[in-house]
Amino acid sequence: MSTAPFTPAPAGTSPAAPLLEISHLSVRFPTADGLVNAVTDLSYTVKAGQTLGIVGESGSGKSVSSMAVLGLHDRARTHMEGSIKLNGREILNADEHDMRRIRGREIAMIFQDALTALHPFYTIGDQISEAYRFHHNVSKQVARKRAVEMLDRVGIPQPDRRVDDYPHQFSGGMRQRAMIAMALVNDPTLLIADEPTTALDVTVQAQILDLLADLQREFGSAIILITHDLGVIAEVADDVLVMYGGRAVERGPAHEILSHPSMPYTWGLLSSIPDIDGDVDIPLVPIPGTPPSLLNPPSGCPFHPRCTYKDLVADDLCSTVLPDLLPARTPDHLRRCHIQNPDAIYNRLTELREAHQ
Amino acid sequence: MTHALTEPVERATGEQPLLEVSGLKMHFPIKGAGILQRTVAHVKAVDGISFTLERGQSLGLVGESGCGKSTTGRLISRLYEATEGSINFEGQDITKLSRKDLMPIRREIQMIFQDPYSSLNPRHTVGTIVGTPLVTHNVVPKGKVLARVQELLEFVGLNPEHYNRYPSEFSGGQRQRIGIARALALQPKLLVADEPVSALDVSIQAQVVNLLQEVQKEFGVAFLFIAHDLSIVRYFCPEIAVMYLGRIVEIADRETLYEHPHHPYTQALLSAAPDVKQAVTGERRERIMLTGDVPSPINPPSGCSFRTRCRLAQEICAKVEPPLLQIGPRHKVACHFPGELGKAPEKPVTSRLLGVDDHGAPDPGATPVELPTGPSFGETWFDLENRTIHIA
Repeated sequence: MSTAPFTPAPAGTSPAAPLLEISHLSVRFPTADGLVNAVTDLSYTVKAGQTLGIVGESGSGKSVSSMAVLGLHDRARTHMEGSIKLNGREILNADEHDMRRIRGREIAMIFQDALTALHPFYTIGDQISEAYRFHHNVSKQVARKRAVEMLDRVGIPQPDRRVDDYPHQFSGGMRQRAMIAMALVNDPTLLIADEPTTALDVTVQAQILDLLADLQREFGSAIILITHDLGVIAEVADDVLVMYGGRAVERGPAHEILSHPSMPYTWGLLSSIPDIDGDVDIPLVPIPGTPPSLLNPPSGCPFHPRCTYKDLVADDLCSTVLPDLLPARTPDHLRRCHIQNPDAIYNRLTELREAHQ
Repeated sequence: MTHALTEPVERATGEQPLLEVSGLKMHFPIKGAGILQRTVAHVKAVDGISFTLERGQSLGLVGESGCGKSTTGRLISRLYEATEGSINFEGQDITKLSRKDLMPIRREIQMIFQDPYSSLNPRHTVGTIVGTPLVTHNVVPKGKVLARVQELLEFVGLNPEHYNRYPSEFSGGQRQRIGIARALALQPKLLVADEPVSALDVSIQAQVVNLLQEVQKEFGVAFLFIAHDLSIVRYFCPEIAVMYLGRIVEIADRETLYEHPHHPYTQALLSAAPDVKQAVTGERRERIMLTGDVPSPINPPSGCSFRTRCRLAQEICAKVEPPLLQIGPRHKVACHFPGELGKAPEKPVTSRLLGVDDHGAPDPGATPVELPTGPSFGETWFDLENRTIHIA
């Protein structure tokens, strides 16, 4: 597998070393209306074999930050700062030649809409083979065999026949599987899945999430799962990163964050969705207002214009000073908020919701 | 229970339901490629469904893409003309009404669409969009249209001064509010809401769901709530129907449907829905994986349409279509082997009722039983435990 000229740095120098390390990443796009601050000062790490879930609303910067990892932004029109390290190697300003060696080989991506991500004029087999042959010096026959193998692995029935089908001949769930097959054909160490199941029905979503988990166990890849569905995050992610207005607002182990969320935006997200077995008389508590404009982000805490708890903080601190991302209950649970006693408030909030009957 | 609006309303006997759908079918023709454009096949999008909806109530329709839930909504709003069956709205069958005769019905049945971008005309101002129904149906004198529009905008939580803005100046959630204001303009008795929140961000979804609940409380509107999100449907609707391949496979009040589902498809659907609380507390239900894809509605499987993916399927399922059998006061299920998860009967419960043997072959010795098959819930139902007809 070492035919690629751009050989990966020796992995596993120390077992705890993160596979992907993003620090102080900022992505800005100059537009006719001004500079769009899509991502500001974002840091996170992903370890091999682990899944990081990134949640946030449209425009929170969750997709932009992962596109930056793949170097998919037009360099001439994008201002990027900070550092993105893959296996200890800086790739933020890697040139296009190097990036093409990394893309698909070490980092692969699964998109939300498989119908637009696959080329309608080429057969599924041709597209998977091309991805394989780009990184491996093999004949068409070998690549085709590999494509059939991958289709079989992701659970496409009769893969030797379906390999010659065009994308439109596949159902939605099968197209998503085909795209996963294409992403995994080169055994990438990092898989970025941007809303991989949003367009799918729940039963198919369950199949795809199970498939991803199986493949992760088998290949040991790290996965970044971008979604707005907290239910999906709760089921598959090891770590969670909550983004708002281009910044990380809460980060930590998934179980810790979901059971002890400690900043108002995460509270809001959790109380806006009903539980499947919850009391239907507990009202949903929406987050008032709309997400901020990234053209001129709010001063202070990005969430303060929609925050219903800002009165708890003295001196109008929320609208003037940006809170730092600091440890909350546990050292690995980070939150960006001025409120002093989030646990007490969250417990009280839960009690109030449940008492409302 | 503080939400009086979500409680089933006791109906005086004899009073008709707001909406009664029976045997509704929508078969879209597929035309051949030749010049003659002959019909070569039909897509059986909706294939014989029946249900009732009371005044001021909500019925949820859930199912996966292609199950016919949106087509059902469009049939009821008369955007499509049904192939077969009847839609009785306040006692009047509206399936065959002419354009002219439909005019007063259109006032009563309005629709909220999924996509807040494509469902508003980008070249019309919000005032025109919300005011057009008022002008078309002549409900307010010309000079008062604007005042009424502003009133509606205020009710849905928009600034009434913004009536002269265009849809592009609003966010997705605000646009959905415009769509709701337009639907409310004529004070309809029935709102067909087709995935009203699925295109919105999570934090905005709750805003719109709360607004719809307020609409129901304020105006006493009945809702046909179509969605694929099982948690939202459960939250909004006291009664829910599950559709698969154009048919209703199970319909029940929400407690029964979510806690004691009897159809294997409902069980699979519920087990697949991701849920934060269940994942965090670890009290996750066992996930039932469905294999394969939904069969084509052009050529659905014989007998029970779910049998190709069902773990309980036996010979009878391929031969005889299971009737939508009432098995509780407010619970109907279409399955030969209905039962709670893991407690499905070994022998089909329906064979004797249908006059066939356990393998689905006609049984000359059996006498088919007259089953209550009306669109509403009856006073008698089939008792699964004793396999007898239970009379309430």
